[in-house]
Amino acid sequence: MNTETQIDKRLARNQRWKARQRYFKDSYTLWRRNHLMVVGTTIIILLLLIALSAPLLATHNPLDQILSDRLLPPTWEHFFGTDSLGRDIFSRVVHGARVTLTIALLVALISTPVGLIIGVLAGYFGGAVDEILMRLSDVFLAFPKLILAIAFAAALGPGVENAIIAIAVANWPSYARLARAETLAVRDNDYIQVIRSMGASNLRIMVGHITPMCLSSIIVRLSLDMGTIILTAAGLGFLGLGAQPPTPEWGLMVSDGRLYLVDQWWVSTLPGFAILIVVMGFNLMGDGIRDILDPHQRQS
Amino acid sequence: MLQYLIRRVVTLAITLIGIMVVTFFISLVIPADPLSSIAGPQAPQETVDRLRKLYGFDQPIYIQFGRYANRLAHGDLGTSFQTGRPVLEDIAKYFPATFELATIALFFSIIVGIPLGVLSAVYRNSPIDHFSRVLSLIGVSMPVFWLGLVFLLIFYFKLGWFPEPGRLDIMLIEPERLTGMLLVDSLIALDWEVFFDALKHMFLPAFVLGLYGLAGIARIVRSSMLDVLSQEYIKTARIKGAREFIVLTRHALRNALIPAVTIIGLTYGGLLEGSVLTETIFSWPGLGRYLGTAFLTLDLNAVVGGTMLVALTFCLVNLVVDLLYAFLDPKITLARS
Repeated sequence: MNTETQIDKRLARNQRWKARQRYFKDSYTLWRRNHLMVVGTTIIILLLLIALSAPLLATHNPLDQILSDRLLPPTWEHFFGTDSLGRDIFSRVVHGARVTLTIALLVALISTPVGLIIGVLAGYFGGAVDEILMRLSDVFLAFPKLILAIAFAAALGPGVENAIIAIAVANWPSYARLARAETLAVRDNDYIQVIRSMGASNLRIMVGHITPMCLSSIIVRLSLDMGTIILTAAGLGFLGLGAQPPTPEWGLMVSDGRLYLVDQWWVSTLPGFAILIVVMGFNLMGDGIRDILDPHQRQS
Repeated sequence: MLQYLIRRVVTLAITLIGIMVVTFFISLVIPADPLSSIAGPQAPQETVDRLRKLYGFDQPIYIQFGRYANRLAHGDLGTSFQTGRPVLEDIAKYFPATFELATIALFFSIIVGIPLGVLSAVYRNSPIDHFSRVLSLIGVSMPVFWLGLVFLLIFYFKLGWFPEPGRLDIMLIEPERLTGMLLVDSLIALDWEVFFDALKHMFLPAFVLGLYGLAGIARIVRSSMLDVLSQEYIKTARIKGAREFIVLTRHALRNALIPAVTIIGLTYGGLLEGSVLTETIFSWPGLGRYLGTAFLTLDLNAVVGGTMLVALTFCLVNLVVDLLYAFLDPKITLARS
C-alpha cells in the first residue's frame, strides 16, 4: 500500500513534468510563429541587456558636464551628440534605460499586489466588502489615468519615487477589477468547496487556491499596460513632475532639448525615439503574451 | 431601462463624493506651503498668519473638508493663486479651446479610424491591413509630447507648411467671444480670414492628439468587423444577391460599430489626458495647459478644481456611452432587466 502510493507519486510527478514541458514547447512554437512578438521580445531583451551593462556601453559619464562641448552634433566621439550642458546624450540614453526599467518594474511590483489583494478580497467575501472596495476602485477609475498620476505626482512633490507611487495609484484599480472577476468565476467551484470542507481557512483558500487562478490574466493585463506605464512616466518627466535633473530620464531629456529644437534637433528627438522603440517593444510583447496564454489559440 | 438609468445615476453620485474625497486628499498632501507662494518668500510672519486664517488652513481637517464640500455644493471652486480669478471663471475661459481641439481630434480619428478598420478587415492580410496595423502600433506607442515636437520641427520650422504654435496669428483680431470656440465664433461673424487661420493652427495639434484615438478605433473596428463578417446573416445577405457594398455597410458595419462606441468614449478620456501634454507643446490656451501650469506651480485650488472637472466630464461621457450602448444593442438592456 505504502509503496504503491509512492510509485504513484513519482509517476504523477513525471507526468506533471512532461505536461509542463509540452506547455513550454507549445508556447515556444506559438512564440516563433508570431513574428511581431519575436521583434517585441528582442527589443525588450536588448533593453534589459543595455540597462544591465549601462556603465560598460556608455562612452562617457552621463552626468559629466563639459561646457566647452555643449550642443555638439552626433559624431563618432559623441554618437547622439551632446546636450546644452555638454553631456553625452548617447550615454544618458543608455543610463536612462535603467531609470525607465526601474520605474516600470516598481510600478508593476506595487500596483499588481495591491490590486490583487483588493480584488480577491472583494470577490471572495462579496456583500458589503465587495461594495465598498469596488466603489473605491470606481472613484479612482473616474479619473483619466494620466491626470490622476499628474495630480498625485504634483501633490507628493516631484521626483522618481513619487512618480512611481503616483503611477501605481492610478493603475491598481484595473487589476483589482480583473482579480475580482476571476475570483467570482472560481469562488463557487467544487474544488474550493472540497478544500473548505477539509478545514482550510479563508486566508489559505484565498492565497493558495484563488490567487494563482487570477495570476495569468493579471500578467497579460500587466504586459499590455507596460507601454502605457512607461509613457506616463515619460510624460511626468517631460512636465517636470517626474524624475528631476540631472537624472538621465528620457522624458526629461526630451523636455530639456525643447529650447534647441530648431538648430540642435538631436537633443530632443533621439531620447524620444528611445521611448517610442521601448514602448513599441512592450506593446508587441504584450499582444503576443495575450495570444500565447489564450486557450483558443493553443488548440489550433 | 429606467431602473438601469436610476442605478447608474446613484452610482455616479457615490463616485462624485469619492472624487471629492480624493481631490481633498490631494490638496492635503501637497507639501509645499501654498501660503508662501501667495505671500512671497519674504513675507513677514503676521501676513502669513493672516492669510492662513483667511484661507482656513488653521482649522482641523474635518472642518476643512466640511467647508470644502460646502463650497463645492455651491459651485465655488475657490480662487486660483496664480491668476487671482475664481477657478470656475478660469475654467470657463479655457475649456472651449480644449473642447474645440478635442472635438476636431476625435472627429479626425473617427473619420479615418473607421474606414481604416473596415478596409483592413475586408482585405485581411493585404498591404492596407499591414499599414493599418503599423499605424495603430505607432499610435499607441508614440509619446504624444515627442510627436508634437517632431511635427513642429518638420512642418513649422523646416517646411513652413503650418503656422507657429498658438490658436491664431498675432496679427489677427479674435472675433467677438460667443462660444469661446474660434471656429464657431468666426463662422458666426463670417470672418473667413480668422476661420481659415484658426483651422490651420489647429491642424498639427489635432493630428497629434487624434493619432492615439485613431489607433484604438481602427483596431476595434477591424476585430469586430471580422467577427461580424463570419456571421450567418452576412452569408444570407450575400446569397440573396445584395451588392457587396450594401452587405458591408448596411449589414456588417452597423453591427460592428457597437463596440466602437465604447472605444470612442474611452478615447475621449484619452484626449483629456493628452491635452495636458499637447497643449503645453503647442502653446494652446486651453484647460490642459492651465492644468499643467497649475500642477507645476502647486496652484492648489486650480489643481483640485481642474482635476475634479476633468473627472466629472470623464464620468458623464462614460455614462452617456453606457446608455448609448444599451440603446444601440437591445440585447444588453434585456439581459439586465
